[in-house]
Amino acid sequence: MRGRNGIIVAIVALALLVGAGVQAAEPIKVGAILAVTGPASFLGGPESRTLKMLAEEVNAKGGINGHKVELIIMDSGANPEKAVSFAKQLIEEKKVLAILGPSTSGETMKIKGIAEEGKAILLSCAAAEVIVNPVAKWVFKTPQKDSDAIQVIFNQMKKMKISRIGVLSGNTGFGKAGKGQIEKLAPGNGITILASEVYDKASTDLTAEVTKLKAANVEAIVNWSIVPAQSIVIKNARQIGFIGPIFQSHGFGNIKYVEAAGVAAEGVIFPAGRLLVAGVLPDSNPQKAVLLKYKNDYEKKYKEEASTFGGHAYDAFMILAKAIEKAGSTDKEKVRDAIETMRGFVGTGGVFDFSAEDHNGLGIDAFELLTVKDGKFALYGK
Amino acid sequence: MNLDLFLQYMVAGVTYGTIYGIVAVGFNIIYNATGIINFAQGEFVMLGGMTAVTLGRFLPLPAAILVAVLITMILGALLEILFIRWLHRPSVLRMIVITIGLSILIREAALHIWGESVRALPYFTGNSVTSIQLGGVYISPQVLWVVGISAVVVLILGGFFRYTLLGMQMRACAANRDAARLCGISAKNMVTFSFMLSAGIGALGGCIVSPITYVQYDSGVPLAIKGFTVAILGGLGNSLASVGAGMLLGILESLSISVLPAAYKDVISVAILLVILFVRPSGLFGSSEVSRLKEFG
Amino acid sequence: MRKQALQIAGFAAVVAAIQLVASLTGNVYHLTQMTMSAYYSLVVLGLCILTGYAGQISIGHAGFFAIGGYLSALLTTHDLSAHGGPIVSGLAAMGILTRRPDLYGGELLTVHPWPACIFAVLTAVAVAYAIGGPVLKLKGHYLAMATLGFGIIVYRIVLGTELVGAADGIYDVPAFPLLPGIAVSGKSSLRVMNYYVAWGFVILGMVFLLNLVRSRVGRALASIHGAEDAAEAMGIPTARYKLKIFVVSAAFAAVAGVLLTHYNGGIGPSESSVMKSVRYLAIVAIGGMANLWGTLLMSLLLNYLSLRGYFGTYDDAVFGGILILIMLFAPDGLLRRQLFEELKEAVFPAGGEKET
Repeated sequence: MRGRNGIIVAIVALALLVGAGVQAAEPIKVGAILAVTGPASFLGGPESRTLKMLAEEVNAKGGINGHKVELIIMDSGANPEKAVSFAKQLIEEKKVLAILGPSTSGETMKIKGIAEEGKAILLSCAAAEVIVNPVAKWVFKTPQKDSDAIQVIFNQMKKMKISRIGVLSGNTGFGKAGKGQIEKLAPGNGITILASEVYDKASTDLTAEVTKLKAANVEAIVNWSIVPAQSIVIKNARQIGFIGPIFQSHGFGNIKYVEAAGVAAEGVIFPAGRLLVAGVLPDSNPQKAVLLKYKNDYEKKYKEEASTFGGHAYDAFMILAKAIEKAGSTDKEKVRDAIETMRGFVGTGGVFDFSAEDHNGLGIDAFELLTVKDGKFALYGK
Repeated sequence: MNLDLFLQYMVAGVTYGTIYGIVAVGFNIIYNATGIINFAQGEFVMLGGMTAVTLGRFLPLPAAILVAVLITMILGALLEILFIRWLHRPSVLRMIVITIGLSILIREAALHIWGESVRALPYFTGNSVTSIQLGGVYISPQVLWVVGISAVVVLILGGFFRYTLLGMQMRACAANRDAARLCGISAKNMVTFSFMLSAGIGALGGCIVSPITYVQYDSGVPLAIKGFTVAILGGLGNSLASVGAGMLLGILESLSISVLPAAYKDVISVAILLVILFVRPSGLFGSSEVSRLKEFG
Repeated sequence: MRKQALQIAGFAAVVAAIQLVASLTGNVYHLTQMTMSAYYSLVVLGLCILTGYAGQISIGHAGFFAIGGYLSALLTTHDLSAHGGPIVSGLAAMGILTRRPDLYGGELLTVHPWPACIFAVLTAVAVAYAIGGPVLKLKGHYLAMATLGFGIIVYRIVLGTELVGAADGIYDVPAFPLLPGIAVSGKSSLRVMNYYVAWGFVILGMVFLLNLVRSRVGRALASIHGAEDAAEAMGIPTARYKLKIFVVSAAFAAVAGVLLTHYNGGIGPSESSVMKSVRYLAIVAIGGMANLWGTLLMSLLLNYLSLRGYFGTYDDAVFGGILILIMLFAPDGLLRRQLFEELKEAVFPAGGEKET
C-alpha cells in the first residue's frame, strides 16, 4: 500500500516539476571559450572559475530580467582550431547570445571573423590591440590597452631620468604585443632600447638573457610576459647583481608570481588594475567597492588569491549582464548597442567608457602604478 | 665578450646542464635494464618537485624531500608492475607508445590534483636574491647545491653499481639478460628496481632544482626532451657520459644566445639531437655495439 | 579491385547519408566538425601507411601539417603591394598574385591560393625527401626521436618567427577557390559543399592509398615490415621504398594542412605541437596499425568528439589513455582484420566467402 502511495506522490511531484519547468522563463545562453587546461591555463583557470562564480551568484538572485543565465564553458586548451570549432558550435548550434573569452589573442583573432559573420557578441579576455583595432562591430575586449600600460611605465621612467633600457619578452601573443608597443612608443618618449631578447614561455632559467642585458649597461629592465617565467627573470636579474629598477607588465598581476620570486620581487614596478591593492584604495575611489566584493567572493570560494586575469572575465560577464538589463531584451542587436553605448561602467580593470570607435573602453587612468613591498602589492610612491 | 660575461654564461650553462644530466642518468638506468626509453622520465622529476612542495607545508624540508622521493619511487615501481612487467616481448613501437601515454596521463593527473600554478621549494640556503660573487661572476647558492648533490648522486650510483650485490645484479641483467637469468637473478625484479631507482633520482633532481626553475604540471615534457638529447649525445646507456654531455649541451645553449635570438634557444638542443642521430647515433662517448638496440622481454 | 570499389562506394554512401540525416534533422552544424575531422583524417591515413604498412614510427607528423598550412597561410596573407618591382608585377600579370579586399576595406596583393598550395606541398615534400634519407636509416627509438625532433624544430621555428605571427599564428586566411564555384571556406553558407569537398579529398586519398598498398610498392612494404633483412636479400630496395612512403605520408599531411588552414581561416603553432603528433599516432594505433579503413573510422569518431568538446578538460588525457590501453591490450588495434573475421565466423559460420 505504502509503495503505491509513494509512486503516486512521485508522479505528482514529477508533474509539478515539469509544469514548473515549462513555466520558467527561457534561460539566457552565454558561451565561454577559455584555455582552462594547456599552456595558457594560468589565464583560463581563474577566468573559468570567476565566470562560474558569477553565473551562480546571478542565478541565485533570480537571473537577469528574470531569466536565468546558462553558462556554457568550453575548454580550448589555447588551441585555435578548437576555438574555431567551439565558436561555430556555440554561435550556430547553441545560439548563444554572446561568447566570453577566448583567453589568448591568437584564438581571438581566429574567431573574430566567425563572430562577425554569425552576428554574435564577442567579449574577449585577451589583450592584443588588434582585437579592437580596427574596430569590428561585434567584437569587444575587456583587458586594458598594452600601449597605455607601457606609457605609464615610460612616464615613470621619465620621472626617474631613465633613458636606456633592456627589454625581455615572452614568446606568447601577450609578450609579442607588448614588445611591439614598447618598440613603437620608445622613441617618442626619449627611451632607447639597448638590448632586447625574446625567451620561451616555458623557460626555467634566464640568467644568460639577463646577463646579456646587464652587459649592455642598461639602466632598467622591462620584462613583458604573462607566464611564470616573469618571476624567474627578476630572480636571475638580482642574482647576477643587477641593481637597476625592474619593470613588469600588467601580466604580473597575480600574487603567486610574487611568492614565486620571493625576495627578488621587492621593489618591482608595474602598472596594473586596482584589484590587487583594493584594500588600500581611498574609499572615495569608484572602483573600491566592486573590487573588494569580487576579491573577497573569489578568495572565499576558491581559497586562492584573486588575480587580474580572472578580473577580465568578471568584467566581460558583468558588462554583458548590465547590457542585457539596459536593453531589456535578449535581442543580439539591442544588447550589442547597449554595450557600445555603455559609459562609466565600474569594472575590475577600470571604469569602462565604450563607444562606436572604442570597443575596449579603458584608457590610461585604468592603470595604477604598483610595486611590491614586504611580499605584498602596494601602491607605488605612496 | 669579456671573461666575466663568458663565465656568467658558463655558470648558466652548468646550471641547465646539471639538470639535463640528472634526467639523462634516469633514462640510462632504465634503458640499461630494459632497452626501453622511458618518455615519462620527465614526469618523475615533476612529481618529485610537486610532492615535496605539498609535503613541505607540514614537514621540515629534508623530510619533505625524502618522503617525496620515496613516494615517487613507489610510483615508479607501480608503473612498471602495472603497465610494463607483464608484457611479453613487446616491440619498440609499443614501448615508446606506452611510455608516451603514461607521460600524458601523469601530466593530466597532476593538472587535476595540483592545478595549473607553479610551485617551488624554498631555497636550501639563502633566498631568491642571495648570490656568491666570484670576481665579476654571480652564482646562486642553489646552483652549488644542485651541482653538489648531483655529483654525490652520481658517485653513489657508481659505487652502487660497482660494489653492491643489487647493483651488480642489475649490471648483469643489462649486459646479458638470459645469462643473468641462468645465474638465478630475477630479471623481472631488476626491471622494477631500475624503475624505482630512476624515479627516485628524477624526483630528487626535481626537488633540488625547483627553487631555481619552479615546477608546474607540464614541466616534465621539455625536461624529458632535453634529457634524452643528452642521453643520446653521451651515448645511450652510459651514465657518466651523460653528465658530461649534459654540461656540454647546457653550455652550448647558454652561449648560443650571444649569437642567436633567445627565441631559438630550444632549437639548438633539438638540432644537436638530430645531428647526432644522423651522424653518430652511438653518441660522443658510446660505442656502436652498445647503441645497438637492446631487446626487452 | 571489385572489393575495393565496393568499399569506396559503401563509404561514399555513408558520407552522403550522414549529410542527409544531419540536414534533415536540423543538425547541419555537426557537419562543421565532420569536415574538420575529414582533413585531420588525411594526416592520419598518411601516417597509417607509414607506421602500419612500412613499419616506421613517426611522432613528428604534425610538423608536415604545419609546413603545408603555414606556408599557404603566409603566402595568401602577406601583402606584397609595398614591394614594387619587376618580379612582383610579373607574377601578378601571370595571375599568380591576386588582389583582394581585406577585412577592413583596404586592398591586399597576395599569392593566389592555388600556387600557394602547390608551393606549400612541394616544400613539404622536399623537406621529407631531405630528412627522410637520414631519418629512415635509424631504427626503433632513434627513429622515433628523430621524428620527434623534427616536429619540435618546426614548432619552435613557427613559434619564434615574427613573420608567421609567432605565438598568435596567422589569421584572415582567405577561402581556397578550388574550381569555379567550389571553394574551401569556413563560411556557414558553404557548409554542405565544404563537407563534400573535404570527404571527397579523403575518398581520393583512400583510393590512392588502397592502390598503393596493392601495388608492387605496397607488397614490397609488407615484406619489409615483416623482415627487412630478408627483403633486402631478395633484392628489394627497402631504403628507396621506405623513403617513398615517408614522402607520400608527408604530402598527405601537408595537403591536409593547406586545406584545413583555408577552411579555418588561420593556423597557430599548436598545430605543430608534440601533442598533435601523439594524437595522430594514437588514432592510428586504435584504428589498427595496418588497417586503413579502421584508422579512418576511428579518426572520424575521435576527432569529431574532440572538436565538439566532448572530452572537456580531459581531452589530452583521453588520447593518452587510448594509447596505453590499446598498446597494452590490443596492440594491433581495435578494428583489426582478425576481429572482423572472427565476428563474421560467428555470424555467418563456414561456407561464406573467405576474404584476405
